This record gives sequence, structure tokens and C-alpha cells, in this order.
Amino acid sequence: MNVLAYLIAGYLVLLGAYGIVRSQHLVHAVVCLSITQSGTYVLLLAVGYQRSASAPVFGSTTKPNLHVVDPVVQAMTLTDIVVSATVTALLLALSVQINKRHGTVDPDELIALRG
Amino acid sequence: MSRRTRLLVFLVGGGVLAAAFVVGVLGIPGFGGSEHRYRDLAVPAAVAHRTANAVAAVNFDQRAIDTFGEETILIASTLGAVALLRPSREETVRRPPDLGHTLESTRLIGYVLMPLTLVLGTDVVAHGGITPGGGFQGGVVLATGLHLLYVTGSYPALDRLRPLLPFRTAEALGAAAFGVVGALALIGTGTFLGNALPYGSLGQIFSTGTVQVLNLVVGIEVFGSMVVLLAAFFEQEISVRKQDEEAR
Repeated sequence: MNVLAYLIAGYLVLLGAYGIVRSQHLVHAVVCLSITQSGTYVLLLAVGYQRSASAPVFGSTTKPNLHVVDPVVQAMTLTDIVVSATVTALLLALSVQINKRHGTVDPDELIALRG
Repeated sequence: MSRRTRLLVFLVGGGVLAAAFVVGVLGIPGFGGSEHRYRDLAVPAAVAHRTANAVAAVNFDQRAIDTFGEETILIASTLGAVALLRPSREETVRRPPDLGHTLESTRLIGYVLMPLTLVLGTDVVAHGGITPGGGFQGGVVLATGLHLLYVTGSYPALDRLRPLLPFRTAEALGAAAFGVVGALALIGTGTFLGNALPYGSLGQIFSTGTVQVLNLVVGIEVFGSMVVLLAAFFEQEISVRKQDEEAR
């Protein structure tokens, strides 16, 4: 199964998007967005993986060599996680405000309020 | 749009995306293969700058400008969340009562683990250039360590031990210091965020040039951001009440 890891990444992205579409609670939607973002972590790490290669960290026991997994995608995953965490915090803060202003966190009811 | 239509639109769009994704995946090099062109360039570049942790070399040396942008996202999101969570005009902040109903064992574990976690976080930040970890990870560990005080059941204790002003200042200074280091490197090497400091030998703590400095300022900023962010959520949940609720 050479492509299973990639397919799981795609599956997570679509699963999260499906959750957002069906969401009846803003916090639920934020969690679904986190799942979508986890798909991107899986994709990045899968792209950089190499069988039986070690971590891209060297030292006295591991002399520098090229038989390691790709550090570039790992660094991108780190960036991804940090941005995801802060955006999640921002969205949750927005949900708190929406709940205070409108007294509901159901996206459907929010649409009804506006129109 | 009704729920039904929305679901239909998603099924069509998601189906097309899934099909395109599968076709794309079938055309890329297989999982776990040995061809990694970025790796072949990034690892020698990391070793040339004596940075044992190649991931840190990518983040704080080769792609340092991207990390600067990421750090700006971090501080902007924190600012946004704190601004959104500010108590509004019809709300009052009151001192919450100390509702200490924690098991003694939980409390003990909290008090034992708090200093250990703070030491671990400092270690992860300090050795970011040579072992797995770095400023982002270490900053989060440090903030977690501090909030073990809350897990032990005492919000007032957390409130006392965590005056917010130093953390707000640390967050801002950390973000600014990243830019200052970049500007100094621009003067020294002609490249913004270029690695301006002398290198040591691979695997030593100060061998990595500016990577270690940037790790440290990012660690300080992330620690500050996380504490300020969680404080805003805690305050909103625990101390802020609407005025009419207060009157009741």
C-alpha cells in the first residue's frame, strides 16, 4: 500500500470539511477545522517519510548523513501546528463573543437572525 | 441555504476534490521512498551551519523569514483573541470564590510536576538547535507547567503567581527581538535573518549561530502568548459576569 498514508490525509481533510458542513455548534465546527488541518500534517509528514531512515537530528552518536527523513516538511508541519493552534484560539474567542451577542452557537440560527 | 442543499453542494464539491486528490496521489513518488530532493539540500546546509537539529536549521536559518511571518501570525491571533474576550461594558470582573475541591493526590502531583515541567520546558528551548524541540515546543511546555497550578484546583493561586504584565511584555519583546536579530544580521551579513554569529562544532549548544538566539526569543514569545491567551479565556469563564447576573 504505497499510497495509503496520502489517502488518509485526504480522507481527514474531507472528513473535517463534512463535519463543518453538518455542524450545529460553532465549537464543533472549530474542532472539525482542526481535523481538516490534521490532514495536512499527515500529508506533509507522509511526503517526507523514508523507510528505515532516522530523524534529521545529529549528534555524537549519529554522524551527519543523508539517510534521514525530510526536515523541510517537518519544519512546515511545525509551522502548521502553531498557526492551527492560534487560529483555533481566535475562532473559539469569536464563538464566545457570538454566544454572548446572539445567545446561540448554532450556525443555522445565526443565519436566521441576520436575514 | 437549507441543510439539504448545503450537504448536496458539499457532496459534489468533495467528490470532485476526492477524485482529483486520488489521481494526484497516484502520480507522486510512493510513500517511504528514498527520493527527497529538499532533504538532500537542507541537510548539508544545516550541517554547514553546524546545526545538529536539521528541523531547527530549516525553521530558524534557511526559512527564518517564514518563521518571522509565522510568529507575526501568532501574535496577531493572540491580540485578536484577547481583544474579543475583553469584558464588555455591561460586564463586571469580580474575584471568583476559591472553590478548592481537589483530591490531595491531584494537588501533590500538580505541585511536584510544576517545577519539573518548567525545567523541562527551559531545557527544550535551550537545546532547540541541537536536540528535538525548540522555541515553539518549549514555550508551550513552559505555559503548560505554569497552568498545572490551575489543574491543582486553585485559580486564585494561578492568578497570584501569574501577574499578566510581564507575560504581555515578554510576548511583545520576544516578537520584536526576532525582528531586531534579523535587522542586526542584515547589517552584519547583508541578509535579513542571515546566520551572523560564528559557528562552533556540531552538537554543541552555542554552535548554531543565530539559530539558538532565535529559538530563545521564540520560546519567550510563545510562553508569553500562551499565558496571555489562556488568561483571557480563564477570565472570561471564571471572573466575568453580566451586571444583571451579579445583582441577582
